[in-house]
Amino acid sequence: MATLAINGITVTADEGATILEAAESAGINIPTLCRHRAMLPTGACRICMVRIEDARGPRLVASCVHPVQDGLKVETDTDDVREARRMVAELMLARCPDNAAVKEIARQTGVADAAWADRGEPDDCVLCGRCVEVCHDVMKVGAIDFNGRGSARTVRAPFDEASPVCQQCGACAFVCPTGKIRPDGLWGHRPGPLREPFEEGLGCRPTINRPFPSAVPSIPAIDRGNCVHFKTGQCGVCQKVCPAGAIDYDEAARERTLEVGAVVLSPGFRRFDPSGLGELGFGRFPNVVTSIQFERILSASGPTMGVVKRPSDGAHPRKIAFLQCVGSRDRRTHVYCSAFCCMQATKEAMIAREHDRGIDPTIFFMDIRAFGKGFESYFNRARTETGVRYVRSQVSSVKEVLGSRNLLLSWVDPVAGRRTDGEFDMLVLSVGAEPSPEGIALARKLGVALDEHGFCRGAPFEPVGTGVEGVYVTGMFSGPKDIPETVSQASAAAGAVASYLHEARGTEVSKREYPLQKDVASEEPRVGVFVCHCGINIAGTVKVEEVEKFARTLPGVAHVERSLFTCSQDSQQNIKKRIAEKGLNRVVVASCTPRTHEPIFQETLREAALNPYLFEMANIREHCAWVHQAVPDEATVKAMELVAMTVAKARMLGALQTTSIPVHREAIVVGAGIAGMTAALSLSGQGFVVHLVEREGELGGLGRRLRTTLRGGDVRAHATLLSDAVKRNDRIRLHTGAAPVSMGGHIGRFELALSTGAKVEGGVIVVATGGREHKPAHFLHGEHPRVLTQLEIEERGGVDVPDGGNIVMIQCVGSRVPERGYCSRVCCSQAVKNALAIKKKHPRAGVTVLYRDIRTYGLYEEAYRAAREAGVVFLRFEEDRQPDVASEGDRLSVIHHDAEFGANVMIAADWLVLSAAVEALPENRALGEVLKVPVMDDGFFLEAHAKLRPADFASEGIFVAGLAHGPKNADESIAQALAAAGRAGIILSHDTIEANAVVSRVDEEKCISCLTCVRICPYDAPAPRADGTVEIPAVKCQGCGLCAAACPGKAIQLGKFKDEQVEAMITAFGGRQ
Amino acid sequence: MVEVPSEKMSPATTPVFEPRIVALLCHYCAFAAADMAGVMRLQHSPNIRVIRLPCTGKLDILYLLRAFEEGADGVMVAGCEEGSCHFVKGNLVAKRRVNFTKGLVAQVGIDPERLRMYNLSSSMGPRWAEISREMIEHVRSLGPSHLRREK
Repeated sequence: MATLAINGITVTADEGATILEAAESAGINIPTLCRHRAMLPTGACRICMVRIEDARGPRLVASCVHPVQDGLKVETDTDDVREARRMVAELMLARCPDNAAVKEIARQTGVADAAWADRGEPDDCVLCGRCVEVCHDVMKVGAIDFNGRGSARTVRAPFDEASPVCQQCGACAFVCPTGKIRPDGLWGHRPGPLREPFEEGLGCRPTINRPFPSAVPSIPAIDRGNCVHFKTGQCGVCQKVCPAGAIDYDEAARERTLEVGAVVLSPGFRRFDPSGLGELGFGRFPNVVTSIQFERILSASGPTMGVVKRPSDGAHPRKIAFLQCVGSRDRRTHVYCSAFCCMQATKEAMIAREHDRGIDPTIFFMDIRAFGKGFESYFNRARTETGVRYVRSQVSSVKEVLGSRNLLLSWVDPVAGRRTDGEFDMLVLSVGAEPSPEGIALARKLGVALDEHGFCRGAPFEPVGTGVEGVYVTGMFSGPKDIPETVSQASAAAGAVASYLHEARGTEVSKREYPLQKDVASEEPRVGVFVCHCGINIAGTVKVEEVEKFARTLPGVAHVERSLFTCSQDSQQNIKKRIAEKGLNRVVVASCTPRTHEPIFQETLREAALNPYLFEMANIREHCAWVHQAVPDEATVKAMELVAMTVAKARMLGALQTTSIPVHREAIVVGAGIAGMTAALSLSGQGFVVHLVEREGELGGLGRRLRTTLRGGDVRAHATLLSDAVKRNDRIRLHTGAAPVSMGGHIGRFELALSTGAKVEGGVIVVATGGREHKPAHFLHGEHPRVLTQLEIEERGGVDVPDGGNIVMIQCVGSRVPERGYCSRVCCSQAVKNALAIKKKHPRAGVTVLYRDIRTYGLYEEAYRAAREAGVVFLRFEEDRQPDVASEGDRLSVIHHDAEFGANVMIAADWLVLSAAVEALPENRALGEVLKVPVMDDGFFLEAHAKLRPADFASEGIFVAGLAHGPKNADESIAQALAAAGRAGIILSHDTIEANAVVSRVDEEKCISCLTCVRICPYDAPAPRADGTVEIPAVKCQGCGLCAAACPGKAIQLGKFKDEQVEAMITAFGGRQ
Repeated sequence: MVEVPSEKMSPATTPVFEPRIVALLCHYCAFAAADMAGVMRLQHSPNIRVIRLPCTGKLDILYLLRAFEEGADGVMVAGCEEGSCHFVKGNLVAKRRVNFTKGLVAQVGIDPERLRMYNLSSSMGPRWAEISREMIEHVRSLGPSHLRREK
C-alpha cells in the first residue's frame, strides 16, 4: 500500500496502481480520452495530466501511466495543470473541430474554440494509436498501423486497401475514443451482423448477450462459435473489463444425473418454415415475414420498438395481408390445423391497427377458427369495429413489384367469383406448428409412441398420458393448441404426477432455519445504507461517492457504505456483519430494481435476525444511471433524492409477520360429471378426502348421454368407469341430490351448507357443475320426429338411413347468434364424427353438413378430411341466410342458400340433425352467488385469467373445470379437471398456508362500518364482524391496497405501504426529512 | 410522438426550466416498464422521482395533494392497461381518483393539467421512456408550480 496526497487529501492505493486509479477511488475527477479498460494505458492523449511533487521536484505527468508511490503529492486542479490540459485540448480541437468526443474534452477543459487556424481537412483521429495497439498486441493480428509522417500521419491498412488479414472483430472501433475507426472502411464492405434468434432474425446481437430481455437466469453467455477468443485464443477483453471477474473461458458443459420418480415431456413445437413454399416468396422478398416475425415487429421491446415498419426500407406499411394456413391444412406440408393461427392473425391485425390507425389489414383464410372461450366475440370486434378485412380465399400467387418492393397478390374474389389482384406493402404468413426434432428424439429415448406427425397424443381420456408409466406430456407436443389449453394441460400433468408420486411427497424437503427475529419496535431507527456501484453500471454515471457522503447526512442513518456489487455473496456477508456490529435496525440498498433483488436482500436480513420487511430499495440503476447516462451530475442529484426518499420511508418501516393458518386437508368438488369425477379421483389419488356434491341423483352428467369421441373413446363407458371408481373409493364421500346453499370460511377451510341439510368442510373447492345442450326452438325441432339434435341421435345410438336416402346436418344452431354470441367449439367435430359414423353404417346414404365455418381445430382436422373423402358434402351458408326447413309427412326438405354458388339448393332429407349450442346451466348464477365467484353474461364461470390461469378463480382456493367454464370436449374437460385437482392439491399438500405479510389491516377503533372496503375489494376479503366492524382475513388479502385507499376513516393500512410511509417519501421529495 | 410546438420551446438564451415530477407507479406494470426502459437504456431527462405502489388502486388522493404541496411541478400516475390490472380493477379506481383530484387542485389554483394518468403494460419499456419525455415536456411548457420550493 502507498499513501499519497491528492489535492491535500490523503489517499491510500495498492502498490502498482496509477495516480488516475487512486484519484478515482477517492472520488476526484480527472478527464481522460484515450484510456480504455480493455488495454494497459499508454498516456497517448495527455489530457489526464496532473502535477506531482516528489524527490525530483515538481513536474507534470500523465496520471494514467504514472504509478503511485508513498509520500507522493499530487495536484489535479492547479493553474499549470489546467493550462497543460487546455493546450492538449486546443491541439486536438484544431485537428478534429467537429468531433463530439473532442468537443466534450474541450468543454471540460474550458476551451471554446481552437486557437490555431484550421490546417487542412478536419479529421476525427487524434492519433492516440489505441486501435493499432489493440490490433497488434491484444488481437495479435496487425491489420492496421500508422502510415505517413507528420501531418500526413494516418491509421490504415497497408496500401490503403481492404486488409486481407483483418478478422473483422471490430476491436479497433471498440477502443477508438473518437469514433474515427469505422470497420466497414477497413474491410471494404459492411460485415453481416449476427442475427438475433429471439427477434426472428430481424435484429442483431453481440457475441456476448442474454437470450432475451426476460430470460431466466438473466445471465449473458458467450457465443463460442463467433467469439474471437474461442476462435484464435487471443482477445480476452471481456475477462479484463469485467469488474466482477465473472468470465471463465474454461467453463465446460457438465452432465448431471438426476433421480426422479416421474418425467413430464414439454418440449414444445417448432414453427413451420415457409422457405420451402417458394410461391409465397418468403426468403426472397424482404417484405414477406412470418407471423412470429410480425409479433416481434409489434412488440414494444422488439427490433423496431413497437413501431410497425417493413423490413425492406423501414417504411410504415399501410396495406398488410395475412395468409392463413401456411404449413397447416395442406397436403404438401401438414394436414392438421395448427389451432392458434386464426386468432393470432386477428390479434396481430388488431394490435397493428392500435399502433398505427393508418394500417389496413386483410386476412385471407379458409375457415376462421375462433373456437376458444371469448374468441368469437374478439373476432367479431375485429371485423365489425376495428376494420380488419377478412377474405375467404386462398391466394394463388405472390409477386414482388419492381422498385417499390410491394407485393402483388392474386386471388379469387369470393363475392364476385372472379380473379382479383391487389398490391400490399407487406405480407404476413401465419405459419403453423410442427413437432420439434428434439422432442421427437426425446420421446424415442423414453420409448414413448408418437403419431404419424410426431405428436405424442396418448390414449382417449388420458390427455396427459404417454402410454409409458410415469411419463406425462403437456403442451404443443401432444398436439397444436392455444395458451389456455397448454396451461391447463401443464397443471393437469403436475396433478397427475402428484397423484402418481403422492407417497413420496415431502420426503426430500429440507427446511431452512433462521435466527429468532430481533424486536426493534421500541428502538430508534438506525438505518444502514448500502450504495452499489454495480461495477460501472451505476458508478459509470452516478457519482456514488457523493451519494454515500449525502446519505451520511440523512437523519436516522447510522451507517453508509459502498460496494462494487452489493448483491454478491461477500457483500451480503458484509451487510450481515454491519447489522450486528452497528446495531442497524433498518436497511436501505441503493442499487437496482426491487422486482428482482428485494428477495435476496430480505433473505440476508432474515439471516441477520432482522424482520425482512425492515428493508427498502432505491432503484438508482434502471430508473437512474441507465437512463441518464449523458448527464452524470443530474443523475447523481436524482440518485441522492431517491436515497433520501427511501431512507425517509425506511425510518417508518415496521416488522410484518406472515400469518399461517392450518389447512383442512380435504377437498370439496361440486358436480359429478366427467370433470367433477376426474377431479375427485385425482385428489383422492393424491391422498386427500374428497366431498363430491352432485345435484342429480345419479353420477355421470352429460357423459351418460354421449357415445364416442372422434378418437374412438367410448364416453358412456368411461363415465361408468369413473362412477364405479368413485363409488368404490373410500376417500370420496358422495352427496347426491344436493346443491350448495351457503358458504363460510376461506382458503384452507371452507364450510359449505348443502340443500340436504348436510355440511361439508374442505380446504379447497372445485366447481365442475357441467353444462347442457341447447334445445332449439326452430328448424321443426320438437315438432317433427325426424328432427333431432346431435346429442339426441347419439343417445339413440345413431339413425337408420335408407340406401339413397339423405341426412342433413345444420351447424351453429343457437351458437354464434345474438343471444349466444360464442362458438360452442365441439359441434363441428361432433357433426363430423356422427357423419362419419353414418357413412360407415350406410355407405350409400347421402350426408350433407350445412355450416358457417368448419372448426375442426388441431388434429380433429384429420376427421374433417376423412369425412370429405368418405363423400360427406359440406355446404356453406352465410350468417344472415339460414337454411329453411319444411316437412311433408315423414319427408323433410331443407332449402340451403349456398354462399359459394349464390344459389338455393333444395335437399330432400330423411333426417335433419341440428348441431345445437352448448349452454351454461341457469343454476350457475345462484352457485356463483353462494361461492362468491363471478359468472359471465353467457352464464359460464369466469376464470382468474383467460390465458394464464384457466382453472383458477380469482378467489384463492376455488377452482373451475369442465363445461361450467365454457364449451369443450371430453378430453379437454378431463385435462381441465386434472388441472384444477393439481392446483387444489398444491394447497392441500401443506399443513398450513403462509399468508402474505403485506396485507391490509383494520383498526377497529377507527372503523365506522361503512363497508366501503367490502364493496371495493376484488377478492371479497373484508367481512363484517358481529359488532359491525370489518375484519380482513390475511389469507384472503392479496395486498393491493384498494380498501386502504378507499377507507374514508383511514381505518385500514396496508403493510409496507402505509400512508405515513408513502407520505414520508413525498415529504422527502420536497426536501424535508 | 408528440411534436412540441416551437413557440413553447424556451429560447436558447434563457435557462430551460427543469420541472420536478413525482411518479406513482404500480409494481406490476408501470414500475416494471420503467425497469425495462432502463435495461434498454432509453435515455430521458432526470426530472422524475418514482414512488412504487403495489397497485395504482392504492393511490390515495392525499398523496397527490401532498406531492403538489411539496412543490412538485407535475404528478404522474401510471398503472396497468385498462382491463389488465393485476388486481382486477385498481387502475380504474385510480383513474376515478385522479380525475377527482384534478377538480380539487383546480380549486386551489393548481393547473389540473399538472396531473396525468397513464396506462402501460410491463413490456412497454419504450412507452415508459416516451411518456416520461412527454410528461417532462408537458410540465415544462406549463412552467413552475407556484408552490415550488427551490432547494
